[in-house]
Amino acid sequence: MEASLIIRAKEEDDSEHSEALRATRGSTYLRKRGILPGFGLSLGFAVTYLSLIVLIPLSAIFLKTATMHWRDYVTTISSQRVMASYRLTFGASFLGAAIDSVFGLIVAWVLARYRFPGKRIADALVDLPFALPTAVAGISLTALYAPNGWIGRYLHPLGIDIVFTRLGVVVALTFIGLPFVVRSVQPVIEDIATDVEEASASLGASSWQTFRRVIFPAVFPALLTGFTLAFARALGEYGSVIFISGNMPMRTEITSLLVVSKLEQYDYAGATAIASVMLIASFALLMAINGLQARTRKFKEAR
Amino acid sequence: MNSPARQVLVRGNEPTFVRWILISIALLFLSVFLVLPLASVFVEAFARGWRTYVDSIRDPDALSAIRLTLLASGIAVTLNLLFGLMAAWAISRFSFRGKNLLISLIDLPLAISPVVSGLIFVLLFGLHGWFGNWLDDHNVRILFAVPGVVLATIFVTFPFVARELIPFMQAQETEEEEGALVLGASPWRIFFSVTLPNIRWSLLYGVILCSARAMGEFGAVSVVSGHIRGETNTLPLHVEILYNEYNFAAAFSVASLLSLLALVTLVAKKLIEEKAGIRGGQA
Repeated sequence: MEASLIIRAKEEDDSEHSEALRATRGSTYLRKRGILPGFGLSLGFAVTYLSLIVLIPLSAIFLKTATMHWRDYVTTISSQRVMASYRLTFGASFLGAAIDSVFGLIVAWVLARYRFPGKRIADALVDLPFALPTAVAGISLTALYAPNGWIGRYLHPLGIDIVFTRLGVVVALTFIGLPFVVRSVQPVIEDIATDVEEASASLGASSWQTFRRVIFPAVFPALLTGFTLAFARALGEYGSVIFISGNMPMRTEITSLLVVSKLEQYDYAGATAIASVMLIASFALLMAINGLQARTRKFKEAR
Repeated sequence: MNSPARQVLVRGNEPTFVRWILISIALLFLSVFLVLPLASVFVEAFARGWRTYVDSIRDPDALSAIRLTLLASGIAVTLNLLFGLMAAWAISRFSFRGKNLLISLIDLPLAISPVVSGLIFVLLFGLHGWFGNWLDDHNVRILFAVPGVVLATIFVTFPFVARELIPFMQAQETEEEEGALVLGASPWRIFFSVTLPNIRWSLLYGVILCSARAMGEFGAVSVVSGHIRGETNTLPLHVEILYNEYNFAAAFSVASLLSLLALVTLVAKKLIEEKAGIRGGQA
């Protein structure tokens, strides 16, 4: 408690310090701070490399889109097959991220608060979907959920088919999104101060009330961030989905697969038009994520 | 405090049975969604015996895929490491206009679908692309050739080192470096004797995440590679080709190499997190 007060006092001191620095510096354009060398070299290299690798290539998409006729553009991005792919991609990503949010919260909770055998392994394993190449994830999920696979053989007799159906897309996107939810929520659960919980308990709250009234509101912004990150990742996912989905037009074809098949037919304009829709969606989500993270930070500072 | 029920608990006051139910749900979910897929890769890989496994990996096309994967990720990690250091130095040691914009732009490739990342390079270097004609006249092949694979890998793994180093170096004090400068150390000396030792764990962490993604990248590379066997196939693309030819044992054998790599990545990541007190960030 005292330690945290001291740290907070120090932080305030630092921020006042830098406030003062900023004030003396004024608003001079590109002014460097301090006496260390290498400002021109490092910033110059970083900006040049960023422009060459990311910004200039990325602008190709928008310039290419701009050369299309408005009517062609609209026809391409709103054709029946493309619309079906948006519905599937959007719906399956949403479902996947929702499943991840429920189970990710439980996993994060358990990892942050309890001790049990195998905890370190479980904690390391959460990042598997990030470390495992998506193509490998795709073929192994397909093998698992195929009618003769380890999991599929129990589901098939019940009439539940996963492989080559929309459910398969949801399964793959759930796999891909899990670490985003766990890693967003886990540090926040770890940071919830014990005294807040103890205060709530000593005021007579049951542990469920403490969770619902004290802990969940604190965790919620991070959970929403995790959900959005998982959702955004799922929207663009390709490798893990194409094996399990079967890629049937109008039924199990995701949007990124449509981009690829247009490219394979040398329909560059069509591919770019659909890609521009995906880009706009992911930029919108990126902004939402930045906003959410800023709010999470504010919440933390306010405490 | 001494009751045995207290032992599973780091903190909190929920009843023991609730704790065990939550732990069971979490472990069951992780087993079904993470452990089973991983285990199935290895079981399928050895389904046709040890010999098929070794043959699939010693196949010339597989070896060439391994070489290309190592080449592309080697180049990508080296360049992105250099960029990460430069960007983190500029951002953490100086203040300038547009710093926040620069930080946001660095994360941009993470928001872009792998397929769209590949498409970008098709638009630039394809036959009908910006540089397509010029490249064709000069007999330079980028698309459907090794340079395209390398470029796509660089693009996709662009932010990984920078996004680890930037927050880490921003949180550091600059006094040690300023002290070295006052004592007359050259800029390179400051970097190698003061900065580098301080950031080594964070740097290694970024490099590990960057290499894992570089070696496993599928969507972007798939679009630009042209799938020429023995020439422009990386390991993940080789897995896809074998799988689509219904050569499942071979596909899973090659996939098991990539899975081993993923496991090594997870162990290294966890060890660095524990050693250096870095909090696990997300991809």
